[in-house]
Amino acid sequence: MNDILAGLLHAAHLIFTLDADLIEISLRSLRVTLSAVLVSSLIGLPLGCWLAVQRFRFRRLVIATLNALMGLPPVVVGLIVYLLLSRSGPFGVFGLLFTPTAMIIAQVVILTPLIASISHQAIRDLWAEYHDLLISLNTTRRQRIMTLLWDGRRALLTASLAGFGRGIGEVGAIMIVGGNIDHATRVLTTAISLETGKGNFALALALGFILIGLAVAVNLIIHSLSRTEVSGRW
Amino acid sequence: MKMGPLLALTLWALSTVSAQAESLKMAVTTSFHNSGLAEVLLPEIQKDTGIEVQLLVVGTGQALRLGEAGDVDAILVHSKAAEEEFVLGGFGVHRREIMFNDFVFVGPSADPAGIAGAASATEALGLIAQNGASFVSRGDDSGTHKKELGLWADAGIDAEARAVSWYKEAGAGMGASLNTASGLNAYIMTDRASWLKFGNKGDLALLYAGDPALFNQYAYLPVSPEMHGHVKAELALQLEDWLVSDRARDLIDGYVLEGGRLFVFNAKR
Repeated sequence: MNDILAGLLHAAHLIFTLDADLIEISLRSLRVTLSAVLVSSLIGLPLGCWLAVQRFRFRRLVIATLNALMGLPPVVVGLIVYLLLSRSGPFGVFGLLFTPTAMIIAQVVILTPLIASISHQAIRDLWAEYHDLLISLNTTRRQRIMTLLWDGRRALLTASLAGFGRGIGEVGAIMIVGGNIDHATRVLTTAISLETGKGNFALALALGFILIGLAVAVNLIIHSLSRTEVSGRW
Repeated sequence: MKMGPLLALTLWALSTVSAQAESLKMAVTTSFHNSGLAEVLLPEIQKDTGIEVQLLVVGTGQALRLGEAGDVDAILVHSKAAEEEFVLGGFGVHRREIMFNDFVFVGPSADPAGIAGAASATEALGLIAQNGASFVSRGDDSGTHKKELGLWADAGIDAEARAVSWYKEAGAGMGASLNTASGLNAYIMTDRASWLKFGNKGDLALLYAGDPALFNQYAYLPVSPEMHGHVKAELALQLEDWLVSDRARDLIDGYVLEGGRLFVFNAKR
């Protein structure tokens, strides 16, 4: 109990003194995860929507696989991305290992199936509702997907936010591909891991509280910007 | 839904990569990093040579792998046999000894195995094994782990004789292993610096130190540019010149933690 209280006090101290290192790693956490969420959303949202609209032979298999990939173990993703980006790996020439870019790549691999799966579920229900209308209007497939994406934007926002939630708290993959280098690739989760290793539980816990606060704040800001739960249904 | 602010947010998120000074990636061991010496040396290195050293803090085993793959420009580790193999394999230009510190045995303050009075490190290990007192091993192929295994071999206690009931392999870094030892109230071998800096000591106390067999030599190995053309060989040599300079000697020898001197500079020039 004492450790938890000390952690809270330490967190408050770090925040009110605007600790420079804290701000740096918090911003890096946000940048890495928001970039990964953006790229994953650009891939995952249309993919989920397309899977809801399109009928093809292995559709069920693809959807089942996508659902299974939601549980992709980050540490394995990290290891594979590491081996791919290593100087001795196939993409070694780009020199991306131990950079924020490598961390973003790993997170995109982790987040895309999650965002695609959730958006597929949401769009499937909406498609059932819109099916007859869109067919009778003789729309093209592209128009259908665009309509569904726009009208389902609230549910899709949830899909992206779920991705953000998984990404911001993730440590296994980014620790491996980022290397936790001070002032280069250290983020909140890897810093927590480091401080726990040093036995500095108060500081580790303080960073943990800040991480939770950050995740909540980002969700609140995005909700208020998109005005969910404010006027009517849409 | 207003897209403007969201767009601004995402644009900011993508503006990640910043301009960098001349930087060099060096893999170092957890024990070196935990000592806090890096925080003293790195700013001075940047001031004197303009090199920004980026540290990858890993076990010796992984540090050598990073060097073999060409993912770092230099390594600073402490496991002589593995280092010599690294140079023989053509991955490193050469091996340059820089400094040494020492390992210590830490354990429950009541010292149930009575190692405090042991005459040597191997005798201390023998006492722990005889009494079946809980002992936490790094178990991660790090320099410290290799050193510990070597001492067990010298004590004549082989892997089969180390029963799981008392010999626990944590498979983790120094700090995490110390946390495990603290939780189990068990014996553990650690470098002195990690122990002094460790914040979760619990009932543990420093029980045995001083055997020359526990000395721990650190060496610097630049990664071979012949093996990996992209490594910053020139910067790595510049850094080596700095590490063996009088300036480095004064900083390393002058570094004290909780009243005790940690490292002894012994580079040959």
